[in-house]
Amino acid sequence: MKIINNKIWMLAAALLLSVGFTSCSDDDDEMPEMPVNYAQEDQMGRPAINTVFVSSSMKDNFNTTAPSAQGAAYQAAFESRLLALNPNYSTNALGMDATTFTTALATDVLSVSLDGTTTFFDGTNVLTGRALADDVISVELLLIFGGPDGTANPGLSDDNVDANDKAFLSSFPYLATPW
Amino acid sequence: MKKKTILSLGILALLATAIVYAADHIDAPGVTGTSSDITDYYAFQSPENNSNIVFVANLQGLLSPSASTSAAFDENVMVEFNIDTNGDAMEDLVIQCTFKDGMVTAYGPVAPIATGTSSTLVTTGTSVSTNITTYGSAASIGSEGGIKLFAGPRDDPFFMDFAQYGEIIGGNASSFNDPGADTFAGTNVMSVVVEVPKSMIGGSGTINTWVTSNREQ
Repeated sequence: MKIINNKIWMLAAALLLSVGFTSCSDDDDEMPEMPVNYAQEDQMGRPAINTVFVSSSMKDNFNTTAPSAQGAAYQAAFESRLLALNPNYSTNALGMDATTFTTALATDVLSVSLDGTTTFFDGTNVLTGRALADDVISVELLLIFGGPDGTANPGLSDDNVDANDKAFLSSFPYLATPW
Repeated sequence: MKKKTILSLGILALLATAIVYAADHIDAPGVTGTSSDITDYYAFQSPENNSNIVFVANLQGLLSPSASTSAAFDENVMVEFNIDTNGDAMEDLVIQCTFKDGMVTAYGPVAPIATGTSSTLVTTGTSVSTNITTYGSAASIGSEGGIKLFAGPRDDPFFMDFAQYGEIIGGNASSFNDPGADTFAGTNVMSVVVEVPKSMIGGSGTINTWVTSNREQ
């Protein structure tokens, strides 16, 4: 019995010692000693989704809802919002009816191709990423107001600002220096 | 003519009560004007290397040049790039960026400890650090294991005639101007830019990605 007790104590001491060493080692590496936990405050996938489609009272809630839960929680509200924005909406240039379009939008993630061109829309590729120079607002206005062939509501389907006010860099970090 | 009037009224009724800012700039009351407000998100193939993807998170929009000299990242806010590699809109990999003592550190890409709206810093994978670039200084670029990192003030790459959009919503105009005027011209943001090899985030196919700002608890 005493022998067993001794073994237990030795085991306990060994465990304590190893914990101590682990802590020291952590300190040396300047690593956090305790798990650092965070709570989400803001979120964004595609441009302007929360701004355009979420009602004022739900904006913070949308920002703190995981994308996997956004579709079920927000699709119906997005569809109502789309039809209020454009009461004549039938389909858009992507051939999406109101339900299909808002189902895609309500889960606010940005799709990115790992196999080539990455652009919001370049005339050929659709939603394969978002590059700095992409005119995303005009694309979204066109999809909301432009109708099936993009010609409806011409005064609302393009804001006629097509480029940034500073040239982007050809090398990392690509964004222009600040004003 | 009647159709246009109905449309305008529809827009007016719908958006009159909304706080409308472009992209994600100042999108919601809980984060507007705070250090965790995300203004924009970009993800694109590297112009320098077809084998890499670049992620850009911008925060704290509409900074004037003078405001940019003193703008800073919040040491209690972690910026997390979320990557879904299997199409279920849940993050399979994260890149977590923290800001301490003038340095930015990016951890990952690495599997998260938990998915959803709570995050725990994962310090067991790859990490890269560099100085946070100060206003007026050359870009400080961290590089480690094929990953590049930058954090600091930059020109806001977003462009839109937001002012005219407001006029339309307010019922004072029925269409955009041609040419329009970029409301975001001459303003800056606080940017975090991370470039990673595609091989670290799925290799091929399509990923879903989103960025979050997260406050230390």
